[in-house]
Amino acid sequence: MNKPLRRIAIFCGLLVLALLVRTNWLQYVQAEELSTRKENRRVAIAQYAQERGNIIANGKPITGSVVTDGSDYKYKRTYIDGPMWAPVTGFASQAFGSTQLENLEDKILTGNDDRLFFDRTIGMFTGEKRQGGNVVTTLMPAAQKAAFKGLGSNKGAVVALDPRTGAILALASAPSYDPSSFAGNSKKDEKAWVSLKDSKNKELVNRALRETYPPGSTFKVVTAAAALEHKVVTDINAPTDTPEPYILPGTRTPMVNQHGGCKNASLNKALEVSCNSVFANMGDKVTRDKMVETAEKFGFNDPEIDTPVRAFASVYDKTMSRDGNAQSSIGQFNTAATPLQMAMVAAAVANDGKLMKPYMVDRLTAPNLDVIEQTDPQEMSRPLSAENAEKLQAMMVNVVEKGTGTRAQIDGATVGGKTGTAQHGEKNKKRPYAWFISYATTDKGAVAVAVVIEDSNATREDISGSGLAAPIAKDVMQAVLKAQG
Amino acid sequence: MSVVTNTTTIGAIELPSRRNTELLLLVFAVVIPIFAYANVGLAVHGKLPPGMLAYGLGLGLLAGIGHFVVRRYAKYADPLLLPLATLLNGLGLVLIWRLDQSERLQNLAERQFGAFSPSAPNQLFYTAVGIALFVGVLLLLKDHRTLQRFTYISMAAALVLLILPVVPGLGADVFGAKIWISVAGFSIQPGEFAKIVIAVFFAGYLMVKRDALALASRRFMGLYLPRGRDLGPILMIWAMSLLILIFENDLGTSLLFFGMFVIMLYVATERTSWIVIGLLMSVGGAVVVAGFSGHVEARVNAWLDPFACYTTSGACEQVGQSLMSFGSGGVLGTGLGQGHSDLILFAANSDFIFSTVGEELGLAGVMAFLLLYGLIIERGARTALAARDPFGKLFAIGLSGAFAIQIFVVAGGVMGLIPLTGMTMPFLASGGSSVIANWALIGILIRISDTARRPAPAPAPSPDAEMTQVVRPS
Repeated sequence: MNKPLRRIAIFCGLLVLALLVRTNWLQYVQAEELSTRKENRRVAIAQYAQERGNIIANGKPITGSVVTDGSDYKYKRTYIDGPMWAPVTGFASQAFGSTQLENLEDKILTGNDDRLFFDRTIGMFTGEKRQGGNVVTTLMPAAQKAAFKGLGSNKGAVVALDPRTGAILALASAPSYDPSSFAGNSKKDEKAWVSLKDSKNKELVNRALRETYPPGSTFKVVTAAAALEHKVVTDINAPTDTPEPYILPGTRTPMVNQHGGCKNASLNKALEVSCNSVFANMGDKVTRDKMVETAEKFGFNDPEIDTPVRAFASVYDKTMSRDGNAQSSIGQFNTAATPLQMAMVAAAVANDGKLMKPYMVDRLTAPNLDVIEQTDPQEMSRPLSAENAEKLQAMMVNVVEKGTGTRAQIDGATVGGKTGTAQHGEKNKKRPYAWFISYATTDKGAVAVAVVIEDSNATREDISGSGLAAPIAKDVMQAVLKAQG
Repeated sequence: MSVVTNTTTIGAIELPSRRNTELLLLVFAVVIPIFAYANVGLAVHGKLPPGMLAYGLGLGLLAGIGHFVVRRYAKYADPLLLPLATLLNGLGLVLIWRLDQSERLQNLAERQFGAFSPSAPNQLFYTAVGIALFVGVLLLLKDHRTLQRFTYISMAAALVLLILPVVPGLGADVFGAKIWISVAGFSIQPGEFAKIVIAVFFAGYLMVKRDALALASRRFMGLYLPRGRDLGPILMIWAMSLLILIFENDLGTSLLFFGMFVIMLYVATERTSWIVIGLLMSVGGAVVVAGFSGHVEARVNAWLDPFACYTTSGACEQVGQSLMSFGSGGVLGTGLGQGHSDLILFAANSDFIFSTVGEELGLAGVMAFLLLYGLIIERGARTALAARDPFGKLFAIGLSGAFAIQIFVVAGGVMGLIPLTGMTMPFLASGGSSVIANWALIGILIRISDTARRPAPAPAPSPDAEMTQVVRPS
């Protein structure tokens, strides 16, 4: 009887061996995959297991954490002035994931970043609880407040940059949402989330970075830059060879002007009163490929503008026909730009033709405030020579002094700007978008702003860059200049 | 096989009793769970658990009683079995206490039953009852061969035990499996006890019939096929297993009984054909039943790809959660009290308790536990080898084989190696019937091993030796 007994003993051993092999497979080979699966709530639990680090603007946190009761997640995210800062922070919700800075800098905020390894290791021995690091932004609370307040109940966005560095000073989007309202995982949070997610007003969209609009007349600044750079125009006050009416090349469609006196108007005058015909003609003379070249130097067609939150790519069509290019040169047809992109245009002009890479994270710090990573201003490109930038500045200043942008004038500062009213929708029937891009410089500081307002409550006639958008831009610029000294 | 044939494992000289080895091992088996208990307390509450002294003393006392009884009444017993069982039982208590501290499980219990009651105190009580039964077995069962007399009574008893859960009024359908009965407020799982009782029947029956089963056979395609009339009993057991499966929705128990029977049949007859026949029949039966039982089908799907149906099927979610527990534990585990194996919610401290081992003690801990179980199984197999009588051999290998199958089915189920079946991890899982029955099982193995290792009695001096010439066949 012993022979089968020995065999059974071996068989039982094999059963145990099979289990041993299986556990090695699960806990060694597959461990990484299993422990990070999307179904695995441990990931989120760990994310909220300790107090999350803060996002900071001008030395003050704009986020916080509170202890929650009766939840898997110990800490819940809170936001100070949530709706105002939402386009900057994004959200970190226990139930619905995280976005933007909260998502991109998650490892720093939770303290899991490899660069915090040393702190964690020391914490293991001293018994100190793990803490998250902080994200210090470049944003300027006064400017942000002016921007958000200015937008009010309108739909739209505001971006303000420091032209000298590319630092983002304001980043507002309206209507906004309060990321605190669904930061937890209760029924109430779920309700808030669902109503936001399905909302017609698209509160969750960050319009400043993640929405493109036809830039309308504000794009004329780019066209003017192209004309100067490619030597189509050298003297901004010389008359251009523009017929009235100007017929789009290869078609019978005339390009309508909203303002008289555009026939053969100089570039300077054309920008002042926003002549469509002059700029459409100019774009055509520059030719499509050279327009594309300049537009791309300003940042168009770049899908990877990371602030570090990635902005949508603005578009200047590379393959359109001649008449399309002429229309695109006045910011219609296929041209589309994010508010950030148009702020970059204004900033490049203000910074003597040098475009700085926009960024909003100044530095990452460890819980003990040691700097882990510092962002240095970085030149992105040079769309304009200094000489041409000076010419364009003069033209933009002229717009604010005498033209469509008078409402943006600020005492004691040099302000240049350009209005825009972009038509859109089928047969341009929808309410147009009101645009204003501008910059202001003093001897102490500088700022560039882009404002867009979509579908305003005002009547169609009132929607103009000048009436709606320029005052907001002015407030934001004033706030920045005041803070800069 | 003659009684005096010594295998290599049994010398003619008196063996050391190894009782002191057992005592030393028992000290470890008591101290390790106490440390584990302190560890959980520190991790969960930041301080040593309040009942630490009482718990340590309690476990120590129970182990001490066990050891004393073995020393006194089963002097030559295998020295490993008692410490191994004590260690597993002690760690099981710690794991159950750890899961009692889980807020998630407390909230779940409040939602489902209106109130939460901790399982660890009950488990400690059942452990005491289990050790009492262990002591009872050693005191009352002086020789395991007495059980041979109860062969057919055992069969009847096992059948009754197995049928009880289906009896209206007695049985309780809990989460789809009808394997419990409730008597006077206690839930009892008769299947756990039936495992031992039926092993008595198999051993007794096969000991008598083994020659008929082994020799009266026809050769067919290289296999010895038994005669039709000898197939009767195996067919009956097969049918019984299937009936359990159908009426009680309990794939695990049915597999356990059938597997145990095939193992014992093979050992008794030494015919490989029985294994082939057994495997064919179990596969055939399982396929047929899976065809018309949604319960089984869901389990199979969950086994094939738990994450494909994770959100739509409870069975898939359970297996998925369990796998993620193991995966999240990694090589060294999160440490006791610091994992989230309670995310599985359902049956976290019974069917799925091994997931907690996986997450909190990691690969290292799981391997250690599997080796502990492996040691019990192999000590049981060795007891069978060493036993001098065929009944003892069959009985011991039946119990060890059943134990091995149970470990494989439960651990394999929660680790996704085989489809999950509702059975409990011996000594670890919360559940009175399981821990009591398994202590009885260890008691019986200790009794058999004591008989096996006990030095053979010297031949009685024959008073007739000088008067009568006895001619002995050599």
